[in-house]
Amino acid sequence: MTTHDDVVEERRNFLYLATGAAGAVAVGGAAWPLIDQMNPSKDVLALSSIEVDLTKIPEGTSAVFLWRKNPVFVRHRTEAEIARARADDNAPDLVDPQADEDRVQRPEWLVMSGVCTHFGCIPLDQQGDFGGWFCPCHGSHYDISGRIRRGPAPANLPVMGYEFLNDTTIKIG
Amino acid sequence: MASEHKFDPTNPTLKWVEDRLPLMGLIYNAIGAGFSAPRNLNYWWNFGVLAGFMLVVQIVTGIVLVMHYVPDVNLAFDSVQHIRRDVNYGWLMQAIHANGASMFFIVVYIHILRGFYFGSYKSPREVLWFLGIIIYLLMMATGFMGYVLPWGQMSFWGATVITNFFSAFDFIPFIGDGLVEWLWGGFAVDQPTLNRFFSLHYLLPFVLVGVVILHIWALHIPGSTNPLGIDANGPYDKVPFHPYYTAKDAFGLGVFVIFFAAFVFYIPDFLGHPDNYIKADRLKTPAHIVPEWYYLPFYAILRAIPDKLLGIVAMFASILIMFAMPWLDGSRIRSMRFRPLSKIFFWIFVINGLFLGYLGSISPDEILWFGFEAIVYAQISTLYYFAYFCVIMPVVSRMETTLPVPTSIAASVLEANRKG
Repeated sequence: MTTHDDVVEERRNFLYLATGAAGAVAVGGAAWPLIDQMNPSKDVLALSSIEVDLTKIPEGTSAVFLWRKNPVFVRHRTEAEIARARADDNAPDLVDPQADEDRVQRPEWLVMSGVCTHFGCIPLDQQGDFGGWFCPCHGSHYDISGRIRRGPAPANLPVMGYEFLNDTTIKIG
Repeated sequence: MASEHKFDPTNPTLKWVEDRLPLMGLIYNAIGAGFSAPRNLNYWWNFGVLAGFMLVVQIVTGIVLVMHYVPDVNLAFDSVQHIRRDVNYGWLMQAIHANGASMFFIVVYIHILRGFYFGSYKSPREVLWFLGIIIYLLMMATGFMGYVLPWGQMSFWGATVITNFFSAFDFIPFIGDGLVEWLWGGFAVDQPTLNRFFSLHYLLPFVLVGVVILHIWALHIPGSTNPLGIDANGPYDKVPFHPYYTAKDAFGLGVFVIFFAAFVFYIPDFLGHPDNYIKADRLKTPAHIVPEWYYLPFYAILRAIPDKLLGIVAMFASILIMFAMPWLDGSRIRSMRFRPLSKIFFWIFVINGLFLGYLGSISPDEILWFGFEAIVYAQISTLYYFAYFCVIMPVVSRMETTLPVPTSIAASVLEANRKG
């Protein structure tokens, strides 16, 4: 039989629960601005892009540009380098397998991030065991297509969005 | 610990205040004559006080440095040089603060190893031990963020590498992907990163003060352990903290300050890295990135494991595993004085830790003895590091034949005195 006391008890439990739930929502709502303020701000997020004049990069050399405060590698590859990259498409030591063809728009121009996928250092050009890049921080070797071949990095150097405005200019971002 | 002496001021003014706010009694019972400690504490028991001293030194010099430092990517580096060259006594404050971080870690490492050797983590002091590990973790975070503030090459690239540790967690749904950008406030270490590190570097030491108070509070429940590792029972086993240990700590402090001063006045840049006197350049990674010496063993563990995620996990685990020590060690005896086999493994552990530190300071592909690369030695050392906690400690502590333990502290001290 339901007594008066039971009803009071039940009502009190409901009030505890409701108060607790409302409190949790309030705390969460108050915490979110405090957490989200640390995310990149509007001006940082504002889409930025850079244009790169390719005529200044002779065949067989690379140039480094800053895009969104991070280095971007642009390499003007030689025929031999392209051949080497393509020959390695099925190499058994590819950690993050990807065909060279999928990493470039035009084979002679390799455009990719210059941030090591391990802990963010900048790999050195034309060093390492695969004729590509070598990261001095923890010893990751990238090949001439920017694919990770040996060392602790888990992924290839990422290719970001870019477009050819004409034969000698690209727009990154 | 219940005190034998009660704070009872005779001065009427003091008594009037004490009746209304018993603050002096609190201090008297915490570190005065109202707190009694085992009579046989040796100099290894100085290092807790030294660590507390260093925390105060860092806070005081830090507050002064902030009066001149500018947390701006274009000005930070120059403002530190301004402090070192132009500000009155700035050279002294900066040298004390920069070397003070190293001194703080030295005394804390000795304090922690004291705890290992004398079984300070064992019942009933587990919570005291946990609070100590939390203090150590907070110190590491604070030290790291402080090192970023001068905005030199090592500051910048150290910040880049260490914040990138969290990119290993990108597999976690919802938060993993944006975690590093959230830490940075951008797409790379930049102004927002420097600003927030400055804010947190100022905040965390005061959080440390709070945890230190909890640490001391937890210490006062069972009281200090002692070199024999047996409980102090009754008045014959103990002496009042003041004047006995205030005097002993003051002497130790004097010796320590001489050591500290030798660095500050004669070799202020010895523990620093030359690359950090080059302004941060986001297009040029230094050829050889090394963290500050006090992180080197953990850096070696990180690099010993060729997988990014597992390396990070091992590095965090190498510290967090200390939380399990009260249960990994099954011995009924605290002090290693009576645990001959444990003692050997302990000292190997210490040497192994120093060796890991050395390995962390050199390139992993450097060729060492017998033609093996440094990474091979780092892997062996890392294996011993974890085996010490996961295999040696649980097994040896439960199997070894221990030596006879004295019946009381007083009996042991009197016996030693009788032998002269």
